[in-house]
Amino acid sequence: MKILVCIKQVPDTTDIKWTENNTIQREGVESVINPFDVYALEEAIKLKNNLENVEITALTMGPSQAVEMLKKAIAIGCDNGVLISDRKFAGADTYATGKTIAAAIKSKLSDFDLIICGQFAIDGDTAQTGPSIAAHLGIPQITYVKNLDKCDGKCIYATREIEEGFETLRVDLPALVCVLKGTYEPTRPKINGIIKAQQANITVYSMEDIGLTPDDVGIKGSPTYVSKAFRPINTRGECEICKDCDTLALKIKEFGGLNNE
Amino acid sequence: MSNILLYAEVTKDDFLHTVLFELAYKAQELSKKLNNADVSALLICKTGLSESFKEAFINSGFDYVYIAEDDSFTHYSTELYSKVAIDIINEIKPDIMLIGATTQGRDIAPRISASLHTGLTADCIGLDINENGQLAATRPTFGGKLMATILCKRLPQMATVRPKVFKPAPENIVKDTKFIYIKPEIENIEKRIEFIEFVKGMNSTINELDSAEIIVAGGKGLKNEAGFALLKNFAESIGACVGASRGAVDMGLASADIQIGQTGKTVTPKLYIACGISGAIQHIVGMQDSDKIIAINTDEKAPIFEHCDCGIVGDAFEILPKLTDIFKA
Repeated sequence: MKILVCIKQVPDTTDIKWTENNTIQREGVESVINPFDVYALEEAIKLKNNLENVEITALTMGPSQAVEMLKKAIAIGCDNGVLISDRKFAGADTYATGKTIAAAIKSKLSDFDLIICGQFAIDGDTAQTGPSIAAHLGIPQITYVKNLDKCDGKCIYATREIEEGFETLRVDLPALVCVLKGTYEPTRPKINGIIKAQQANITVYSMEDIGLTPDDVGIKGSPTYVSKAFRPINTRGECEICKDCDTLALKIKEFGGLNNE
Repeated sequence: MSNILLYAEVTKDDFLHTVLFELAYKAQELSKKLNNADVSALLICKTGLSESFKEAFINSGFDYVYIAEDDSFTHYSTELYSKVAIDIINEIKPDIMLIGATTQGRDIAPRISASLHTGLTADCIGLDINENGQLAATRPTFGGKLMATILCKRLPQMATVRPKVFKPAPENIVKDTKFIYIKPEIENIEKRIEFIEFVKGMNSTINELDSAEIIVAGGKGLKNEAGFALLKNFAESIGACVGASRGAVDMGLASADIQIGQTGKTVTPKLYIACGISGAIQHIVGMQDSDKIIAINTDEKAPIFEHCDCGIVGDAFEILPKLTDIFKA
């Protein structure tokens, strides 16, 4: 069985520092694998541990530095890494991103059985790229997956966590699933994994390699665009700073309508 | 003539999801800026269910409701529902389509938009019509420093909005709603997903935050579990509900179901107390409609102080126990 795991490189938000002007300091901020995608990798590795002949390919679209992230994915248990990278991809929205990743899968990795994505990326937070890839490939999708189970290579059971509870579905493969974060500690790389990662060759595909044109990708291929960016207006007026906890407690009583007995 | 289409989601217990009425009121406002464009709903449900919703549609200002009823729609299915939705959209060609950003909405919306080769703006906190008659969808940008207004150059212009971001109409907007039944063409759909079972979950925390009068929320500034324990003690001393910022959830200090902000819940308590929360826009948009906001933060330059009525500069690890003592005394 062939599993593709789509991962994204995001800035490490636990490491965000603010500059004097209240902007985010970008320099020196480490890039990490999107936390939801870490669990996409985990789910793939679990399947590999439980089934015979599972091959996992980690796939990302991004700048050339993303090779390092793919190597980390190999270090924890993936077999291959594929980077889709081209300057012309810059500025892609979720539609163009989904189309680009789907084109790479169709042209280079079409013998897959299962695609696993993280439900959200913590930088853009749209939760759209996974379903967009599935739509472009014309395969079924299951989102908000808490648990994958009972895979026999032909189909897989997935339990979704939705507002009202838990829904279990069975889907025929090939299919795409988007997984939520697990509550367990992710796998740490083992020595032989790290050695394998160091020796690994990451395959890189450009726009031409996957059969797309400049009109399909990046800003040109994106239906949406940012018309303006602005600072939100503060309508609450000046903040009153309390000198001590007693003053603050009085405010809490007043605002919260708490009795003074 | 342009028209605005809303996705009417049916909940597991066979009600219309309330986000529809919030979108409906917003759609009335957009319609006025589009020469009174028609406001329509798209309803996919099991046979016979639509009858019970008719009054709600009539009272919420809908001009048309397109209904596809079939026994195969007993449970939501991405492949069936998106196929039917796409067929109806291709028929009525809306200029704008709005969908609630529920788990169902966030599942079907990108499937529809990608299939129609159009754009989709997720989790909008503002919707307007610009001078060119386009849908101007506003959401925070990465980093939480700025808001971005996003336009779409293809039709329909699609957007999702989280529940409780917009308000429903204060009173009925009664229209002579036309109900149009469409026979769904689903015979030839290859059924690749099979429903196995549904187990109802416990949603107590979620409901508590919805109706809480006072919310005490913690952020990354609380650093560890000990910090969150102090927060919980304090919340208990004033009878408040506990919430968390995205940062705290990412650090594993709080569960995702109490996350407040753009990708969490939108809350409107009487009093919101933010402890150790810097105040990224993504967080602010989820709590800015609280009556009063108080901030506790070590950094006097933290953006949260621009969005509160009153605050204190100091370490939550010192302040929370002091406050707890005051209120327990």
